[in-house]
Amino acid sequence: MSEHDVFRAELRDWLETAAPQRLRGGAASHEGLEGVWGGQRAVFQLPEQRSWLDACAERGFTAPGWPRAYGGGGLDSGEERVLREEMARLELPPPLMGFGLEMIGPTLLRYGTEAQKQEHIPRIVRGEIRWCQGYSEPDSGSDLASLQTRAVRDGDHFVVNGSKVWTSYGDLSDWIFALVRTDPEAKKQEGITFLLIDMEAPGVSVAPIRLISGKSPFCETRFEDVRVPVENALGEIHGGWTVAKALLNFERGMVGEVFGKSRGSSEKNAEKPKSRLADWARLHGHEEGERVEPRVRDEIARAEMDERAFHLTLQRSRDAARAGHGPGPESSFFKLFGTEINMARHELMVRLAGAQGLGWEGEGYTERDLSLTREWLRSRGNSIEGGTSEIQRNIIAKRVLGLPD
Amino acid sequence: MRLVLSEDQELLAKTATDFVAEKSPVQRVRALRDAGDPDGFSRALLKEMGELGWLGIPFSEALGGAELGMAEVCVVLEALGRGLVPEPYLSSVLLAGGALRHAGSEVQQQAWLPRVCAGEAVLALAQQEPSSRFDLHRVESSAKREGDGFRLDGEKIAVLDGAAAEALVVVARSEGSADARTGISLFLVPADAPGLRVVPQSRVDSRNAARIRFENVSLSADALLGAEGEGLSVLERVVDEAAVGLSAEMLGSMSEAFERTLAYLKDRTQFGVPIGSFQALKHRAADLFVEIELCRSAVMAAARALDEGGEDAPRLVSLAKARCSEAAIQVANEAVQMHGGIGMTDEHEIGFFLKRARVAELTLGDANWHRERWALLGGY
Repeated sequence: MSEHDVFRAELRDWLETAAPQRLRGGAASHEGLEGVWGGQRAVFQLPEQRSWLDACAERGFTAPGWPRAYGGGGLDSGEERVLREEMARLELPPPLMGFGLEMIGPTLLRYGTEAQKQEHIPRIVRGEIRWCQGYSEPDSGSDLASLQTRAVRDGDHFVVNGSKVWTSYGDLSDWIFALVRTDPEAKKQEGITFLLIDMEAPGVSVAPIRLISGKSPFCETRFEDVRVPVENALGEIHGGWTVAKALLNFERGMVGEVFGKSRGSSEKNAEKPKSRLADWARLHGHEEGERVEPRVRDEIARAEMDERAFHLTLQRSRDAARAGHGPGPESSFFKLFGTEINMARHELMVRLAGAQGLGWEGEGYTERDLSLTREWLRSRGNSIEGGTSEIQRNIIAKRVLGLPD
Repeated sequence: MRLVLSEDQELLAKTATDFVAEKSPVQRVRALRDAGDPDGFSRALLKEMGELGWLGIPFSEALGGAELGMAEVCVVLEALGRGLVPEPYLSSVLLAGGALRHAGSEVQQQAWLPRVCAGEAVLALAQQEPSSRFDLHRVESSAKREGDGFRLDGEKIAVLDGAAAEALVVVARSEGSADARTGISLFLVPADAPGLRVVPQSRVDSRNAARIRFENVSLSADALLGAEGEGLSVLERVVDEAAVGLSAEMLGSMSEAFERTLAYLKDRTQFGVPIGSFQALKHRAADLFVEIELCRSAVMAAARALDEGGEDAPRLVSLAKARCSEAAIQVANEAVQMHGGIGMTDEHEIGFFLKRARVAELTLGDANWHRERWALLGGY
């Protein structure tokens, strides 16, 4: 019996009592439950989501690979895999998700001071604090380093003034990690500091942004004379660009994984292929006897094969990275292709639905029809947010292929 | 399934890559072409590959093989693809050799496979017909009972290495209508059998290929390979293995063509700067990189699925071949385009990659065919 077998056995015992029956068997997706993002204003659609979060947080299983000293699970990569497998076996939802776990947490672990880690990591693990991201500005999109939110030193504090856009869930978040300009004289990448800001601080205001798809989680977050303690700088003062780039790599890795999940549990589908796209096509009349009509089935096959190849590449990357390195420039690959296939799938579904794919609201459309319209429109942003596809291609060309500037 | 190379596989990859760089640069392919070599490859080099153990990878030790799997075959073929190495691997080892491995009697295997492993004998699979396209079940060639044996009639095209093979594995119909899935049989036929006529085909990649006609070819009962009328399942397995092997070869060729193109983008100066600094080219190079990465994952997964007997293996094979077929052409087209005028000249080697990519794309099922198969296997 190997070490992991012991761990697996213990884990099964624990899950038997800790995992709520109501969340097992893929209930989260059947019942259309949203993910749990935590924070002071957390919303739990079911009380079981709360108890599942608390149970996992107690063992650090919300962040299984993080050090025990900060409340993480302290698992090695093999144990983490076992945990994933066992949770997948019971088809349990992740207990907690969000920018704390995926973005600022890993960045804090790499660049944070001991005090910063002690202050923030345990609260992320327990889902007490929800984080949002303050990078883009109205005049700084792809050229992020041109950002103009100013932070002027005043004793032990910075005084922050400026505006951030696309702060997802800014209205539901407790803290924001933001890039601010601390040295306006320096070269643009060299005058930036990475600041952790409590959104309860006076002078922070948040307004939602409406997208082409209707309402959205995006906000504009404004700072008016917001006082932030100097010790809330993550990494060197004026050295925020390095931290920002490291975090972007975590973000792109996450975005890739998120889009990769659209086809559901790949292992299961592998055994018994069942095509949701083909079902969708049949539902909308694209049948020809036993089969889906030829042109449509070719499009469906192309979409599915793109997704499968993407998943296999994710797996190959994970298998190769067992050594435990953080995501490198290949995260640009996942961001670029992962978003492309997600967008292509939505396009295809709308086209297959035909007239039923055009509804905005009201009668004559199913819930699914209406949400598809919104999801399709929303998906157009996938290749823009988190670094546009063009920026990802630039990164691949420069960092992977070594092409000259 | 783990999508990484083992230490042994890494070592094999290095040995094979070094071998190709040293013994088979692309200029050898040019020399063979320009000399009008009737084989289109070197029998001496084939024997060297046999001595290195590469030709015996999928065969049992009793037959002189190494008893390894498609994962190892793909490692070698990827390296061979880098040099566009034309020696008969696909035809002799994977297609005809595969048919013998999966369906041959012990006598048949012993008669041929040790010599295939050693690179002393070349075999070929005569499967495709003028009107079959890539469908394996569409077989018009007929094998009629005649006394104890059979009489073979029909025509085959695109028989890989058919003009160099000592014996052929021939797909013929012993029963049923021209597109029935049953009644297909495999036969082992010496290339010098009376009534068998081999017409070498000159194709764009200048590799060995032939059209072969069978007229009243008399076969004894022991020419039958496997069970009568049940050849299709053997054929499907063999063609799956070869399709992954060919995909690995394409992966090697496209990687090489891409790396050569990247080097050119960094080296070639216009308007006073390297052309690789232009975003119009950078972005396309990045897209090619993405395609090649996806191909590598698909090839590795398909090879491992075949080795592990995964139920999903046929779909993964089609994924690999479809992806590589499109990517190989895309990479080769872009490679020629980015090389500009020099890329259009015969003097430059990049054109050889385009020519081979086209042939490989249209061998053992193109991307359309494999997408259709994916859909069929997926129940739609």
